[in-house]
Amino acid sequence: MSLLMLFRRRDSAPVARERLQVLLAHERAMTGGTDLISVLQEEILAVIGKHVTLDRDKVQIKLDRGDPVSTLEIDVEVPSLLRAAAFGSG
Amino acid sequence: MAQVVVVTSGKGGVGKTTSTAALGAALAQGGESVVVVDFDVGLRNLDLVMGAERRVVFDLINVVQGDAKLPQALIRDKRLENLALLPASQTRDKEALTPEGVERIIGELRDKFDWIICDSPAGIERGATMAMRHADAAVVVTNAEVSSVRDSDRIIGLLDSKTAKAENGQKMPKHLLLTRYDATRAARGEMLKTEDVLEILSIPLLGIIPESQEVLRASNLGSPVTLSNPASAPARAYAEAAKRLKGEQIQISIPAAQRTSFIGKLFGRRAVA
Repeated sequence: MSLLMLFRRRDSAPVARERLQVLLAHERAMTGGTDLISVLQEEILAVIGKHVTLDRDKVQIKLDRGDPVSTLEIDVEVPSLLRAAAFGSG
Repeated sequence: MAQVVVVTSGKGGVGKTTSTAALGAALAQGGESVVVVDFDVGLRNLDLVMGAERRVVFDLINVVQGDAKLPQALIRDKRLENLALLPASQTRDKEALTPEGVERIIGELRDKFDWIICDSPAGIERGATMAMRHADAAVVVTNAEVSSVRDSDRIIGLLDSKTAKAENGQKMPKHLLLTRYDATRAARGEMLKTEDVLEILSIPLLGIIPESQEVLRASNLGSPVTLSNPASAPARAYAEAAKRLKGEQIQISIPAAQRTSFIGKLFGRRAVA
């Protein structure tokens, strides 16, 4: 048990290295002017906002900046009234 | 041609002031005329590390605002006649540093000295940007630790965009000074290795300063480590870094894990005795 913990401790530097590489890749892109993920987030919400009254408190955004892929999860609560209207017309 | 060098890091506590004092003294020991300038307005400490805290009369802000002439504010080192200190103000705030005033003073210092070493405050606010503003080269002080490396990366970005040199479309030469390095821990995989930090920040290495009790001892005594104990491992590393700063090609000695701990033990015993 203690041996295993010792072994784990020894491995912390490679973790630090990898975390830094991923983080800095994103931060450098940001200071370059555009943060694609943030731009996407704003534009997607704007498009939805055109058709639905968006309650910003009911929008959940999860972001995971990773390597090689980042994920952006946008969870929008659409009022049921609109959904009924959409079904009715469709 | 005078060289203006900013010693910067973003993060606090990584060894900017210690490195400014040691590099400045090492250059002076090599015969260059040097001034070390404290830009940490409000939290000055270079005077203390240099052992000149009781001799401060006027400071950088007094000169910026025209209340004192530059020669009145410069403090000559008692050990090295070709080393001087321009202290920061302890009472004023960083807003008193005007771009015009700083430019004028750097210009005056260029006429008097071969080397102007600017000790930057931590952070990325006015004090830090003023310290790097007129630099010809930068020494980025970094510890092999995640937050320090991240902040150094940020500072490198600022050096490449917010300095006079960058705005004129010129390249800012940047040098990495890895401080408080513990080769034993790096070898065990507990600390980022030199290669890791170099690969991540991708700027050339100026030197590796081993973690050592001699650094604290030097600041206790108010003496740059290259003067307090020139034979010690950190002093030798700083002396070599200073030579590289002058453009000399010297092989970088990466402190061997085994040897550092042996030397460490040796110093430990001597301190007890």
